Amino acid sequence: MNPRIALATAGRNLQQLRADPRTIGLIVAVPTLLLTLLSFVYDGSARFTGIAVAMLGILPMLVMFLITSVAMLRERTTGTLERLLTTPLHRADLLAGYGAAFALAALVQAAVLVAVSVWFLDVQTAGPVLWVLVVAVFAAAVGVATGLLASAFARTEFQAVQFMPLFVGPQVFLCGLLAPRDSMPQLLQWISDCLPMTYAVDALRSIAEQQDPSGDVLKDVGVLAAFAVGALVLAALSMPRKTR
Amino acid sequence: MSVDGLSVDRGGHPVLRDLDFAVPTGAVVGLMGPSGCGKTTLMRTLVGVQRITSGTARVLGHIPGAPTLRSRIGYVTQAVSVYRDLTVEQNVAYFATLAAAPRSSAREAIDTVGLGAYADRRVDRLSGGQASRASLACALVGSPELLVLDEPTVGLDPLTREELWTSMRALAENGVTLLVSSHVMDEASRCDSVLLMRDGRLLAHEPPQELIRSTGTDSMDEAFLALIRTQQEVAA
Repeated sequence: MNPRIALATAGRNLQQLRADPRTIGLIVAVPTLLLTLLSFVYDGSARFTGIAVAMLGILPMLVMFLITSVAMLRERTTGTLERLLTTPLHRADLLAGYGAAFALAALVQAAVLVAVSVWFLDVQTAGPVLWVLVVAVFAAAVGVATGLLASAFARTEFQAVQFMPLFVGPQVFLCGLLAPRDSMPQLLQWISDCLPMTYAVDALRSIAEQQDPSGDVLKDVGVLAAFAVGALVLAALSMPRKTR
Repeated sequence: MSVDGLSVDRGGHPVLRDLDFAVPTGAVVGLMGPSGCGKTTLMRTLVGVQRITSGTARVLGHIPGAPTLRSRIGYVTQAVSVYRDLTVEQNVAYFATLAAAPRSSAREAIDTVGLGAYADRRVDRLSGGQASRASLACALVGSPELLVLDEPTVGLDPLTREELWTSMRALAENGVTLLVSSHVMDEASRCDSVLLMRDGRLLAHEPPQELIRSTGTDSMDEAFLALIRTQQEVAA
């Protein structure tokens, strides 16, 4: 691990993002627009707050998963990854660079999303809103890490995009948003325990309901961080320097 | 750089079979042969991204892919492997940082490949030849001791090709070893020695003039065909 190289890689990723203003626009605006749409759908119903709070974790995870998996796949298919592996760059530098650059993008995305929710969509939480931002960023970090891993299993960008429903569907169904977790069959509860989004939604629900949610949130955030690190390690293993 | 009994399989198929050769430092070595004969696989093996099935290879005194080699080798793949959405300058500066080269070396590398006037242009707005020179600049930036260039002149106009060979020759005079692949046999005459390959085997490793003289032909194309004929007679 070489901080200079990891930093340069993060910088290079941000340069690429800056060269593509439409993608920046989509990253920042899409989750906010979706949540705004949802608020009109529920039209002032009290149920909106519960769903909106969960969305503050779900949307950043999804958007970041999609963006990083395609970005890393591009690196693999254009031959730049193979070239990078002949340089002093270490795989950990590459992943750290990707993680840092897209986590920064996720922070901006989450900040806009949380600000719009609180000030315009009237989403109220019992606990401090800053915690929501923390959870959103960690949820996004899980999206970044799993996106990097998913890119190893896709040969084309078409395939990479199709991983999205595979990654998203089970997590959204089982995270407790659509039906309470304890009403699900035991097997599904166990599966739900193994999915990162469950912990993001659980943390956000604690913030919505408790005045001082820090204990619950820290525990959930710790689990999210472990998922992110685990996915990054697997992603590094999926990137052998030498092909057979 | 040397290989000894080198064989490489890819996906269960033999691609390189029992290669033996040694190349002195500071030479321009041409790697010639028809498409699909294993040129790229040999290059990938030497830069350390291809697993060796049997035999050994040594590059600058080390096993290919050894960490100490990574700052001493420049590799340019056949496809233009740079970030097309970044400018020439941004690309070269990134590879300079990876190689721990000073910032000023990026500018020098860009000038060496003759892209000084295009440094601020995005690679996807350059012509094909300019883009491949941008890719070359990214390999030059760390002042590598060995440059492995996979078909660097493909698709270039004669003038640009001439300029590229001139700059490669200049690098060799400064002690850089260059391994340059091409399927245009005529380019062999510009090399100090030529590795001639066919079907994963090495047909010959000789200076180009020697190759033409020993086969009694008067062009590299004919020399290559004559070598294949001799080989088939030996086999039969």
